[in-house]
Amino acid sequence: MRFLTDCKADASADLVYRVCPMHLLEPAEFLRDMQAGQVLEIITDYDGALEDIPAWCAKHGQEFVGICEDEDEDHYKLYIKKVH
Amino acid sequence: MKRIYLDYAAATPVRPEVLEAMLPYFQERFGNPSTVYDLGAKVKDTIDEQRARVADLIGAPAGSIIFTSCGAEANNLAVKGAALANLKKGRHLIVSTVEHHSVLNSARFLEKFHDFEVTFLPVNRCGQVEPDRLRKALTPATVLVSIQHASNEIGTVQHIQELAALCREHGVVFHTDAVATAGSIPIAVQEMQVDLLTLSGPALGAPKGIGALYFRPKLRLVPQIHSGIQESGRRGGTENVPGIVGLGVAAELARAELEGRARHLRSLRDHLVAGVMDRIPAAIYTGHPKERLPGHASFCFEGIEGEALIFLLIRQGIYANTGSACASKALKVSPTLCAIGLSPDVAQGSIVFTGSYDNRIEEMEYILTELPQAVERLRSFSPVWGKKIAAASGG
Repeated sequence: MRFLTDCKADASADLVYRVCPMHLLEPAEFLRDMQAGQVLEIITDYDGALEDIPAWCAKHGQEFVGICEDEDEDHYKLYIKKVH
Repeated sequence: MKRIYLDYAAATPVRPEVLEAMLPYFQERFGNPSTVYDLGAKVKDTIDEQRARVADLIGAPAGSIIFTSCGAEANNLAVKGAALANLKKGRHLIVSTVEHHSVLNSARFLEKFHDFEVTFLPVNRCGQVEPDRLRKALTPATVLVSIQHASNEIGTVQHIQELAALCREHGVVFHTDAVATAGSIPIAVQEMQVDLLTLSGPALGAPKGIGALYFRPKLRLVPQIHSGIQESGRRGGTENVPGIVGLGVAAELARAELEGRARHLRSLRDHLVAGVMDRIPAAIYTGHPKERLPGHASFCFEGIEGEALIFLLIRQGIYANTGSACASKALKVSPTLCAIGLSPDVAQGSIVFTGSYDNRIEEMEYILTELPQAVERLRSFSPVWGKKIAAASGG
């Protein structure tokens, strides 16, 4: 897992408290409306997302950028760069 | 005998246009909206169309509506869902004392099982929450305020915009239960600055078993029904598609007819109120005299019991209520009437008339003939009333 220090994104999908597999369905919808090269931030409280999102990126040909740690929050921030 | 129904706050018949739109979704369009084939996908599109219709009624963006099984579930999701999503900020809630049971009991649940502190905010004699009282009740730990848009029991409409703005200013989530107002008076969630708003299908002429919750986009809610991805993961459980279609159509009709309906109801209400106050001695018109629902007239008659009055009126074909359906069935004095400062002796003689577009002025005339006689008859053998009369005449 790559941990990021510079956590910037062009769009953000807040999926905190939304059940599985929303963490895979909604990012796909966001990416559809974004340009290649742009970065999507996914905010989730679902532990499984740490495995699922990199795997989803590999399967769908998108680039998984990494994860941002925030000690004050109970959720994760994951970043995907749109490839196509 | 003719039937005059004036208890539309308790139940409304499903409108014919609504029923007609719903029928195909019981049989030929029965697909599960979560499936990927066309039978389900088309139904999913239909649900999203209804979401847009409901959103239009309250001036909200289409994606900000969650369908629920009823208004009570929407209130539960709003109160528990928003409070639990903000645990890190604090554990203090504020609700008014005149809220529906689904709000009051959700707050008590959070108090009992999640260590929340709940402030039950009093109302003035008209049933309104005064903004200054709310301001004083807010603390740094307050995460949610829930105050109804209007009371189904006394008809009073709250100054929601002012109360919501106060909460926005303090970064506190604001919920309003608009079951009594949707379709009766205009609602614009963005201008009102509310974060959460509850709607109920039956209040609009849709069937029982459907409700909705508006949520401000990006507001976090902890789901209260845990299942799959229905309602974008915010409310699990297979969708009640016919009910959703019914609510969508009813919302569209309500939006189109709102102005004419309100004008009609206001004229009926004013006629009834003037007649009651003129013909029945010591009648009390409960709630705010002006800032109230257009089709709502509520009274208390000292010295009698509301239930007895209801049964006398039913014999004459008149259907009304004594207050909220739950409280009246339990034969309890209404907490709302106590909250506005009425003594139990007076509050137990309450009656509520809630009208709809179908009611006519002749029906009000008929009530104005029957109601004074019924009150007089009950008072004639009431010891409480007898003492009051004797005291007044110096006896």
